[in-house]
Amino acid sequence: MAIVFDIRKYSIHDGPGIRTTVFFKGCPLRCRWCHNPEGQFLGVEVILRSARCIRCRACVEACPHGAARLGEAGPEVQRERCERCGECTLVCCAEARQIVGREMTVAQVMAEIEGDIPFYDESGGGVTLSGGEPLAQRDFALGLLEACKEKEIHTALDTCGFATWDTFERLRACVDLFLYDLKLVDAEKHHQFTGVSNERILANLQALSQRGHKILLRVPVIPGINDDAETIRQIASLAASLPHLDGIELLPYHHIGVDKYTRLNKTYLLPDAQPPSEEKMAELTYILQAYGLPVKIEVKT
Amino acid sequence: MISERVALLRKQSLEARPTLSTERAELMTEFYKQNLGLVSAPMRRALAFQYLMEHKTIYIGPAELIVGEKATAPKATPTYPELCCHSLQDLEILDSREKIPFAVSPQARQVYQETIIPFWQGKSMRDLLFAEMTGEWKAAYEAGIFTEFMEQRAPGHTVLDDKIYRKGMLDVKAEIQHSLEELDYFNDPQAYAKEQELQAMAVCAEALIRFAQRHAHLAMASAKREADPQRKAELERIAEVCTHVPAQAPRDFWEALQYYWFVHLGVTTELNTWDAFCPGHLDRHLYPFYKKGLEEGTLDREQAEELLQCFWIKFNNQPAPPKVGVTAEESGTYTDFAQINTGGIMEDGADGVNEVTYLLLDVIEAMRLLQPSSSIQVSKKNPDRFVKRAARIIRTGFGQPSVFNADLIVQELVRMGKSVADARSGGSSGCVEVGAFGKEAYILTGYFNMPKVLELTLHNGQDPRTGRKLGLETGNPATFKSFEEFFAAYEKQLRHSIDIKMRGNNVIERLYAAYMPAPFLSLLIDDCIATGKDYHDGGARYNTSYIQGVGLGTITDAMTAIKYHVFEEKTWKMDELLKILDANFEGYERERQRLLNKTPRYGNDDDYADRVMVELFNVYFDAIDGRPNTKGGAYRVNLLPTTVHVYFGSVIGATPDGRRAWQPLSEGVSPVQGADRHGPTVVLKSVAKIDHARTGGTLLNQKFTPQLLKDEEGLDKLVGLIRTYFKLDGHHIQFNVVDAATLRAAQQHPEQHRDLIVRVAGYSDYFCDLSQTLQDEIITRTEHQVF
Repeated sequence: MAIVFDIRKYSIHDGPGIRTTVFFKGCPLRCRWCHNPEGQFLGVEVILRSARCIRCRACVEACPHGAARLGEAGPEVQRERCERCGECTLVCCAEARQIVGREMTVAQVMAEIEGDIPFYDESGGGVTLSGGEPLAQRDFALGLLEACKEKEIHTALDTCGFATWDTFERLRACVDLFLYDLKLVDAEKHHQFTGVSNERILANLQALSQRGHKILLRVPVIPGINDDAETIRQIASLAASLPHLDGIELLPYHHIGVDKYTRLNKTYLLPDAQPPSEEKMAELTYILQAYGLPVKIEVKT
Repeated sequence: MISERVALLRKQSLEARPTLSTERAELMTEFYKQNLGLVSAPMRRALAFQYLMEHKTIYIGPAELIVGEKATAPKATPTYPELCCHSLQDLEILDSREKIPFAVSPQARQVYQETIIPFWQGKSMRDLLFAEMTGEWKAAYEAGIFTEFMEQRAPGHTVLDDKIYRKGMLDVKAEIQHSLEELDYFNDPQAYAKEQELQAMAVCAEALIRFAQRHAHLAMASAKREADPQRKAELERIAEVCTHVPAQAPRDFWEALQYYWFVHLGVTTELNTWDAFCPGHLDRHLYPFYKKGLEEGTLDREQAEELLQCFWIKFNNQPAPPKVGVTAEESGTYTDFAQINTGGIMEDGADGVNEVTYLLLDVIEAMRLLQPSSSIQVSKKNPDRFVKRAARIIRTGFGQPSVFNADLIVQELVRMGKSVADARSGGSSGCVEVGAFGKEAYILTGYFNMPKVLELTLHNGQDPRTGRKLGLETGNPATFKSFEEFFAAYEKQLRHSIDIKMRGNNVIERLYAAYMPAPFLSLLIDDCIATGKDYHDGGARYNTSYIQGVGLGTITDAMTAIKYHVFEEKTWKMDELLKILDANFEGYERERQRLLNKTPRYGNDDDYADRVMVELFNVYFDAIDGRPNTKGGAYRVNLLPTTVHVYFGSVIGATPDGRRAWQPLSEGVSPVQGADRHGPTVVLKSVAKIDHARTGGTLLNQKFTPQLLKDEEGLDKLVGLIRTYFKLDGHHIQFNVVDAATLRAAQQHPEQHRDLIVRVAGYSDYFCDLSQTLQDEIITRTEHQVF
């Protein structure tokens, strides 16, 4: 069993072809810019979509812990009382309260994945494991990857790389493409902005590269954190030194995740950051290209 | 690329205001006032056609290369009083209504008042038709159970094949002569009737030649007066073209287009045929002329493109005939549904994409006109490059071209009895309807309101809106013990309403065969000449009558909700559910939300709801498919709405899918607006559970934001999506690449746009769930992307 917070169909920017992306809940990192905050915590959570509330009070009546409230702006959760039992979401016909995170078996996830096999076949697509951090639920990730390979489905693993080498060693044979996040080369800064050291991350990257795996490096460009020329040069230099690399992608920062923080009742740590300009992205791309790297900029959506 | 000439003509076409032209009505009245004595119906219509071709105004506009207008000038629109005689009140409505108006001048009103109305009032086909319908039919029609296509327009729905590119009208006349010589007056009791029909066709062939000659004379006379040497040469060339075609087979690209255009004007002047008369597979028809021109050095790509653009403008100059009443509601548009096909497969099964295919796609993109409509016919044999080229146009967000499954269309046509070769030379027309081009009369007879029948079943045959009894007494719904029992009652009710519609159709078909033959259209469609029979009387090789089902999504969700909540979960008893519906959910918002959000719904690849959908499709199919019409053909089904889902919704109270009273129904085979929650692949999986091969067309709309198609990768994936849907035997898909205006509307009415998915960043989200700020940001970005 694993906790999954979303299964997205027609996912078109997480690897080749038309894909289904399985989002695992739980992540060892706490990147300040995280746009999937619902993926951080390993466990179910209640989220609120206030605009949908019809003020029927069913949630207030259903909550056994007195945590569900109805405020002026809509539904509220008293987080300290909430046991995350989900009773309020079951009675919420308007879906203003929803549970994020569902315990699923490999078979259940596969049932959702298999529905779209005709699309993978036709477009050269497949399945992407993302999150959160899929490797935080290693056994399940392995089981799912194996099940995909059993069905001849292309697999991609979107990972922050923060795991033991043993973990990679066990499942790397079932991964067709690594979407490998690289945020910062500087160990201290990495620790400061993500909460963990990047020592392991870099070592695992090196090891995967040496073994000839297909790797697409993905660099989120975060204003004031890693968008200066020097930092990007460090990344470029590291990427260029890898024995094998299939591409490097720059993902411009966006403040799209902000809404989700509100729904989760969490505080966003970069309230003032602005998306990098096109000129900025072009400048950083140029730096990477100067190192002879195959660069791709993700569509700025 | 658009030349100065085309830019001018295009602007003129876009700016011209649709006006009502009384010329045709006046000529028709003059003709019918001449006391012809005893003349057979086809001959009377042929002589009427000849009279029109001989006397109507000839228009050749400045800078035009392709010439000929249906009325007196671009966007002037003729009327057909012998079919539907507009009253003064109708004219007032046409002139003043907010949507789809036609300017009616005081002179036009006077002509109608003094000449047209006194002669035709009470004597048009419309009057005759309503007089011949039963009380039961009228009650069902007025209640909005179905519409009637022929109440203001003539049956049409046919598309041309390649014959005019091989034969001139003189060749056609020779064929008619041959058929006349073959008539067997000793053994065939129909010989004389056939003689009359064939003679009528011969008159029409001659009339079209005469019509072209009148253009040639005007062009020549204008050339003589023309000071500009370039325009003078063009006018001389126009005169030469119009002298050669349609009398003889076209020799080059220009003549081919001009020939078609004369034929188009002929067909749409003879009668106001419903839907879609068009050249069909224009790319394959023009390719030989294009290739020859290039090889001989008499044509280059730019010239071909300019001629095509001029041809396109001609279509855009012709608004659909003015409609009033229910017909205006079911088809509220100026578009007359000519749908140029591109790609597909050739008669011998080969890949149908050629250089002209790409040329046409360039023209479609550059012209960006409502008419003609365009489609790509996608076969597994066609290259991805073709589909991707079309995807680039789709991305620009004007809904064209629509996308069809050419291989499935062949299957559909073969199932309905066409030869493989005839099926392959067929394609789609109108909205999504299939036909064997040049060989089939495939008449759309009217839309059928499936959810209204459910409403009747829920009220034991009574219409709750009016209290009138319209259906059978299938039982008090509260007494049904099982879903199966309830469903059987629905099926009984459905068959009853279909029978009412079909009986009416069979009478109307005879009315047209007897009083309103179409000898000109007949000479274009195989095998009317060979059999000596009219297009309206079974002369075509294939004769199909359709009843178009509407509201599949709505009725599926409504029926599923009944199955789930009343018979299985027992959330409510039937009478409790009816009480909620009668209250139009007032005071029952929680129940409505439960129906919307906590009930299985079609469009989510959920077999619970999708199986109900398949059952509903099957009973509709079984009630109609294969039953004989009066022309030696059969009834078939298709699923499309044009704009009738709005009208049909306006006659139905609240439904168990959570839809409020009088709101629109779902359209085509699309899920209920907002019911599908898992993106396009999942919708396609659900929709593909319909056996499209047993239909004559289904319509699926998908909304996309421009971001999804912004880059090459997005386009490639769209191609993959289309290819997969077609691998699953889907019939048609069209993409609505949403612009900022739609997104703003979504902000104001989120309940109607819950299915609108926007690519937010590394993930997608429902637009209506985003904060106002974020929505605003996306709207701003969208505007940048679209224009």
